[in-house]
Amino acid sequence: MLGFIVRRTLLAIPVLLGIVVVVFLLIRAIPGDPCTSLLGERATEEACDRFNEAKGLNEPIPVQLGIYMRDIVTFDLGDSVRFSRPVNQLLIERLPLTIELAMSALTIAVLVGVPLGILAARRHNTLVDSATMAFANVGVSMPVFWLGLMLAYLFAIVLQDTPLALPPSGRLTAGVFSEPYYEVWGWTLQEGSLWAKFNEFVANHVIFNSFITGQWDVWWDAVRHMVLPAVALATIPLAIIARITRSSLLETMGKDYIRTARAKGASERRVVRSHALRNSLLPVVTIIGLQLGLLLGGAVLTETVFNLAGVGRALFDAITGRDYAVVQGFTVVIAAGYVLVNLLVDLSYAYLDPRIRIE
Amino acid sequence: MTFDRREMVDAIVTEAADPARLTDKPMSQWRLAMRRFRERKSGMIGLGIIVGLILVAVFAPLLAPFEPNQVLVGVEENVRPRDPPCVHLFGCEDERPQHVLGVDGNVRDELSRVIYGSRVSLTLGFFTVTIALVVGSSLGAIAGYVGGWLDNIIMRMMDVVLGFPSLLLAIAIVAVLGPGLRNALIAIAIVTLPAYARVMRAQVLAIKESDFVAASIALGAPARHIVLRRVIPNSLTPLVVLATLGVATAILEAAGLSFLGLGAQPPLAEWGSMLASERNQVFTAPHLVFFPGLAIMITVLGFNLMGDGLRDALDPSLNK
Repeated sequence: MLGFIVRRTLLAIPVLLGIVVVVFLLIRAIPGDPCTSLLGERATEEACDRFNEAKGLNEPIPVQLGIYMRDIVTFDLGDSVRFSRPVNQLLIERLPLTIELAMSALTIAVLVGVPLGILAARRHNTLVDSATMAFANVGVSMPVFWLGLMLAYLFAIVLQDTPLALPPSGRLTAGVFSEPYYEVWGWTLQEGSLWAKFNEFVANHVIFNSFITGQWDVWWDAVRHMVLPAVALATIPLAIIARITRSSLLETMGKDYIRTARAKGASERRVVRSHALRNSLLPVVTIIGLQLGLLLGGAVLTETVFNLAGVGRALFDAITGRDYAVVQGFTVVIAAGYVLVNLLVDLSYAYLDPRIRIE
Repeated sequence: MTFDRREMVDAIVTEAADPARLTDKPMSQWRLAMRRFRERKSGMIGLGIIVGLILVAVFAPLLAPFEPNQVLVGVEENVRPRDPPCVHLFGCEDERPQHVLGVDGNVRDELSRVIYGSRVSLTLGFFTVTIALVVGSSLGAIAGYVGGWLDNIIMRMMDVVLGFPSLLLAIAIVAVLGPGLRNALIAIAIVTLPAYARVMRAQVLAIKESDFVAASIALGAPARHIVLRRVIPNSLTPLVVLATLGVATAILEAAGLSFLGLGAQPPLAEWGSMLASERNQVFTAPHLVFFPGLAIMITVLGFNLMGDGLRDALDPSLNK
């Protein structure tokens, strides 16, 4: 198992390198340059020269790539031209939101999608099955941004004065503040140290932070703000997961060993739970892993609709504003996350299907 | 038992080898597929939606009460920006002008814009998939047929494209090319290429080893003939399914790009950008967000249902 993990991890490195290089080149192919985008169209040549000198943008492209590679290895992602702040700091502030959003969406998608798929398969060719699949078909066809706007309208306007009303934008109500756990617990952290930054990053997961420190009002506020974006983002993956679970379970239920299990006199419940389900989950796990890319793309749209300051929206702003360092840094982090998730998917394969471990 | 089975297999083999049967086999295969397709309700619903949409797009000038970009100020009385839907039949006061889906922020008839929007979305879906299909399957066919280092280079390039979340890559490509409908179309075609390349390559690899290709080679057929006459016709099935589902994806992603302001530009009546331009008014004029989005959803649903129906019909192994 250890050998398998090591081998799989090493295989991920070239993919990651390829992505870094492609992003680096692609971003430099974007017409216009950071100087005019920041200093304005009428920036003088000397001003631009000074600007490029300061940001290291007047070096030859291969040199820039080399410097960039070195910086990635040392966790120095450069400074945002637009915000005049380190990309690391932007990531610390914005990544937690997107992680919480994607995780909430994925949780909803799995917790609802898998049981729905099982239900449809168990009631194959009944009204329940048709209704579930109709729902799934509509679900995959829904534009995320449209669903988000419609949910916002429904829960913020139509249900305004009912207990079901939910806030349509932002992460917390204005004035509500999630006090970081290290301050609540009176930790002394050295300002600017890596450890302090790590703690800041963890504490910026507002739902998590307010939960562990028992700030229940803040927690409830954060959860209420998260419901609509998470549901909007979850719809497509949910529908896909339900469909795959259904077809995979149906296929497994037709196998010979299921007939054998039934012949032995196992109860239908036992046949489904211990014989069919585990074997039919393999494609489901693959699909769940693949949803991450969809979630990140959807996060750009969801964060736009719900005015959330996450990485999706920041990356969009950076691409259109030619903020090289931000695009590079964020993409590397996203790609690393992507590769990591694929790695976890492969490892969960090995757990679900022992045959893969032996090879 | 085993003996019976062998007898049955023999019977099938003899029957299949019968030359008279061989000649009409492709025909009956198609007929079988058509019948299987018709039997599935969802596929037929999808086909119905698509045919309906094509009719709407073709006859848009006859169906739409106004020109899509016609500003109604001065044309009608009592018309204000973002008027909600008004149908006289359903009790809307007679003094207000009739607008089935309401009026948009620039005082244009929303229904006419939604109707004309079908032209944009269908054209876009069709062209995107055509580009992705032609380029992607050519790359896949070359990779699979030639093999070796060329195969490696092409497929690793496809892997890198797949390594990005598709919408983010599309955003980056549009940023390089500049915003606009045509560039959005190219970007979506590029991010969807790998699927076609992979499927085509797998098909070619399988067909390359088949006996009828070996026979063609033995007869001295040139490579071009083998690819065009033997390989491509036999690998069409999964590509047809993929392309139908691809139209759905293309329309959805294009709407997303337009929503972000990177696709269709105003005043073009495109559903995604219509929705985007009114999104800040969703709380006061929800109909201007609801209807364009509904149109996108119905269109995408149509192609998804049709694609699923085709897959079930064309791949007998899935039928149980």
